Amino acid sequence: MNAAAAGTPPLQPAAARAPTVTLAHGAGGRAMRALIERTILPAFSNPLLAPLEDQARLSIADLAAYGDRLTFTTDSYVVTPLTFPGGDIGKLAVFGTANDLAVSGARPLYLSCGLVIEEGLALDELARIVQSMGRASHEAGVAIVTGDTKVVERGAADRLFINTAGIGVMPAGVNPSAARARPGDAVLVNGTLGDHGVAILLARNELALDAPVLSDCQPLYSLVAAMLAACNDIHCMRDATRGGLATVLNEFAASSRVGIRLREAALPFNETVRGACEILGLDPLYLANEGKLVAVVPGPHAGAVLAAMRAHPAGRHAAIIGEVCAEPAGNVILATAIGGDRVVDMLAGEQLPRIC
Amino acid sequence: MRYADEFRDPDKARTLVAEIVRLAAPLAADRGRPLQIMEVCGGHTHTIFRYGLKAMLPQELIEFVHGPGCPVCVLPMGRVDNCVALARNPNVIFTTFGDAMRVPGSHGSLLQAKADGADVRMVYSPLDALQIARKNPGREVIFFALGFETTMPSTALTVLQARREGIGNFSLFCNHITIPATMKALLDSPDLMLDGFLGPGHVSMVIGNRPYDFIARVYHRPLVVSGFEPLDLLQSLWMVIKQIAEGRCEIENQYTRIVPEEGNAQALAAVGEVFELRDFFEWRGLGSIEHSGVKMRADFARFDAERKFSMPHLTVADPKACQCGDVLKGLIKPHQCRVFGTACTPETPLGALMVSSEGACAAYHQYGRLTRTAQPAAAASA
Repeated sequence: MNAAAAGTPPLQPAAARAPTVTLAHGAGGRAMRALIERTILPAFSNPLLAPLEDQARLSIADLAAYGDRLTFTTDSYVVTPLTFPGGDIGKLAVFGTANDLAVSGARPLYLSCGLVIEEGLALDELARIVQSMGRASHEAGVAIVTGDTKVVERGAADRLFINTAGIGVMPAGVNPSAARARPGDAVLVNGTLGDHGVAILLARNELALDAPVLSDCQPLYSLVAAMLAACNDIHCMRDATRGGLATVLNEFAASSRVGIRLREAALPFNETVRGACEILGLDPLYLANEGKLVAVVPGPHAGAVLAAMRAHPAGRHAAIIGEVCAEPAGNVILATAIGGDRVVDMLAGEQLPRIC
Repeated sequence: MRYADEFRDPDKARTLVAEIVRLAAPLAADRGRPLQIMEVCGGHTHTIFRYGLKAMLPQELIEFVHGPGCPVCVLPMGRVDNCVALARNPNVIFTTFGDAMRVPGSHGSLLQAKADGADVRMVYSPLDALQIARKNPGREVIFFALGFETTMPSTALTVLQARREGIGNFSLFCNHITIPATMKALLDSPDLMLDGFLGPGHVSMVIGNRPYDFIARVYHRPLVVSGFEPLDLLQSLWMVIKQIAEGRCEIENQYTRIVPEEGNAQALAAVGEVFELRDFFEWRGLGSIEHSGVKMRADFARFDAERKFSMPHLTVADPKACQCGDVLKGLIKPHQCRVFGTACTPETPLGALMVSSEGACAAYHQYGRLTRTAQPAAAASA
């Protein structure tokens, strides 16, 4: 595409410009092949991807060795900025999808990776992000076995969108579900809440706030495996991403037709995150997390599961934050630290900061 | 968290609640109804619901009446329509506080205008808007100035800064409103039955305590200026009820750590330099109230979006079914409104009280469900 014709400023001398992704890289020809071979393949390297067929070929016998059911999920990742304290969009795209598999109890095994790139993205930055995906897939124990790359015109995407789909295998006898919470169950979380949401807000530099908050972006499967070893019959489990803890618990309460009572004093928060939320008028119960799960387990097993979580690096700050009760069915109630009660409802839309 | 957790101590709260109950019991018995205390400020409404204070106080003794102090909630539809008209101008960058984006006008909200392609940007301070103006000299940047006396000084100082720097592409769409005039209008309403007020802490930090004197002197109601933490509110409530029990009507200040008796002279000077009272300002649900809003002085005409751009300036009647006005006056509780939770929900607000998290209806909808299910008789009578 001719830059001058598109109304963009005249080209800088070649030496002054960092190489960027152009529409040619998405055209299916030599430029695309070079991008895949030089940048993407080395980052993802694994034997199932290497043949570069149009599809990955997975052995059914290998899969069956891990359990009796396949799990399959997909998620698309759009985040500004692409890199933030504690992570980047690539790491998010691997851990997010792997975690969606893991919270069913499944071992995440294979991912696909679809990249939608806005022309003009620096090749260096793309390389950094796919390398980060490669490292994240090693850490999460998954292989990126198939993929696709598209380049779109300026303005048709916001720098880089990533879609990943994932396949995992559920061990026999494990069956967490949002509909299985029962009165007497305990509610657990594996660590501090809202870190990712606040890290992203601060990284956008729109607030005159400067605080050291890292995204909690981390893989959860090995933690889940440790929890299942302590109690095979986890009733409900989800990762508390968009919409935060409050949204997940409302889903549990509605699907299981039970009440959930939380104790505010028991909720784990990073003090900086709490402070930022106070200043901005945000409720951390609704902020996104990228490495936090909520589990509902039978009351008698809560202590053992909590101990298993705390012994794992991804669960050091785990806590029992509440319990399931018969009434009020479909509601989440927070016993506030000062001694009152309030309903924790679903959010209507996006949380918007208050005026004063 | 230091400086916040100290004001959320459950033991101190229990002591205060016991003391409030002891004082309020004979007063409520005398009246044959609970004491009705209005918290004027939306921030207080938010605290009451967020910390579950309502559930800590016996409802047969104390009833909170949620006042008009949420600037987003009292904004009439015509003003929102003007915002949308300004924002649709392709050369305009329209900047606003976040929670004003969802307020419905008669042709949609700013959020919808943004989705339709208008350049609407959320800012956290008017200075952010001024910065956008510096960075975009070829475009007109309008700041949607909104709020009570709390936010007026920062807007005024931003305009003074813009004048000092000679920034020509920055202007305000001024919708600032004043609390004391509005309280007077409420007190003049013949059907109002209030025993006392919790006064707005942030507003008072700017204007001080003296502007409320008429409430005690003329209308014989006690008012206590209150902070925003749960213990602040409980202590202020106790102070109001103590006044009633002792037969006093005074303006007292619980929020002494923030609110100086005479207010903030520097802030008031900046406000006085930039703004002057309007004869009337239109409020959603309350109608037109004398001297309840400010506009920019003629000296600042070039920073005044109302003078700089043509606007429809329509007066749009509130939706007929909407009873925001009755809720604001304390005549009905939010859930007694005929469209509460049905035609009017936080997802699709009809009335402005459902829009902001500080609005009484949104707070009831989000946090209050339980108290309502515990009182089926009250809900059924609506």
